[in-house]
Amino acid sequence: MTLTGYPRADGRKGIRNTVVVAYLVECAHFVASKVVACFPDDDVQLIGFPGCFPNEYAAQMMERLCTHPNVGAVLFVSLGCESFDKVRASNAVAASGRPVKTLVIQKAGGTMSTVEAGRDWVRGALAEIGTQARVPMDVSELIVGTVCGGSDGTSGISGNPAAGRAFDLLVGAGAACIFEETGELIGCEEIMAERAVTPELGQELRAAVQKAERYYATLGYGSFAAGNAAGGLSTIEEKSLGAYVKSGESPISGLIKPGDIPPRGGLYLMDVVPDGDVRFGFPNISDNAEIVEMIASGAHLSLFVTGRGSVVGSAISPVVKICANPDTYRALADDMDVNAGDIIEGLRSIDAVGEEIRDVVLAVAGGQQTRSEAMGHREFILTYKTFAPIGPACLPAA
Amino acid sequence: MTGPFLLLHAADNVLVARRTTPEGTEVALDSAAVRLTRTVPLAHKIARHAIAPGDTILKYGLPIGTATEAIAPGDHVHVHNIRSNYTPTHALQDADGVSAGVAQ
Repeated sequence: MTLTGYPRADGRKGIRNTVVVAYLVECAHFVASKVVACFPDDDVQLIGFPGCFPNEYAAQMMERLCTHPNVGAVLFVSLGCESFDKVRASNAVAASGRPVKTLVIQKAGGTMSTVEAGRDWVRGALAEIGTQARVPMDVSELIVGTVCGGSDGTSGISGNPAAGRAFDLLVGAGAACIFEETGELIGCEEIMAERAVTPELGQELRAAVQKAERYYATLGYGSFAAGNAAGGLSTIEEKSLGAYVKSGESPISGLIKPGDIPPRGGLYLMDVVPDGDVRFGFPNISDNAEIVEMIASGAHLSLFVTGRGSVVGSAISPVVKICANPDTYRALADDMDVNAGDIIEGLRSIDAVGEEIRDVVLAVAGGQQTRSEAMGHREFILTYKTFAPIGPACLPAA
Repeated sequence: MTGPFLLLHAADNVLVARRTTPEGTEVALDSAAVRLTRTVPLAHKIARHAIAPGDTILKYGLPIGTATEAIAPGDHVHVHNIRSNYTPTHALQDADGVSAGVAQ
């Protein structure tokens, strides 16, 4: 199937053409949000990093996000005294061929003057990128992520296996698909390692899960929320087995870390647990932190499977919400794109829902808005982490 | 897929509720029929047959933990009678899955 996308200088194509306004410290958040608020009817979105102190992970994430194929232009809003390297970020965006501007509040005359200058620049950027033409795009050029959140005992029976079936169809069509949350794969490391395309990659997958187990043991608890237990899940390995099935049945082609972009089609595991000592608390403090990492690795859109019910979307890349639980679907239907609860009730097969998810992915890639997009959900969160580069066994040659 | 409980894998010793199933419901198990002694919420588990302390709990045909006490056929299987073989389940306030203040 042929889609269309916005061509970027690095050869990738975007399914959206968003103007991003990025604050570089919490002190600039309000001003940046006021700029975005000037454009209620345009695709102008707010992202940012709240920290004042330097962190290489956050710097690299911002670069990857601001040069994501769905992004057409970038406005950085700085207070002026924070540590974020705004010159490096701006240079990276400029090198990608996108319009970019940095406003420094302390030099621009304060809140009102900066908002006015930002509004004027965004207006010009919208006019400039509004003339960009779309070009043909193949399914094999898509990167799709999957996360699950608000999980319960239905997630692993309906929503996640259906998402896995969609992944198999997309990987079969040449797309790159990414699954993640190694802390929710504890107990699956051996069966997962057997799916790796090389034994060396299998060892890397195993090691990533073992790292997650050590990390959570140090914190004193695993990735298990109260709602998981209320929803019928009893142990981390039960949650893990339910989460793992969203990877489908394709061979695992590689292991990446947040910000690494899959080099070709195939199925990839994202290792989201920081390397080194436990320093920053919980690896991902909310589902949106996971979605942001998917986007930083180039995901054009993400599949989000929920049993308990989540209403989030995301900045930059659309979120397709798949509801695993038929009771939750009835309660939150307006927020859901796909009703996988049909599987629990015996109305449709896993294959049929998997095909629907694939079709929704292609429709959204073609421009159709997801439920969360249409309602204006643009959640975003970026935290502190530290990662070592991936090893040579993580991306075996095709 | 019929009846209120699903068998996900032939090797499993638990069944999963495909809808919230009231106390007193008669459930046909392999050995005999049992009556549920409590309401089992959607997606919660019951024992398919008698489970001894220390037995591995199998779901999807794979281990999800270890029984901490004897579990009779038809009993609710959850954080009150099984434990993880990896990290403890910290959401102890939901041990029975129907704690006050947690919407079902």
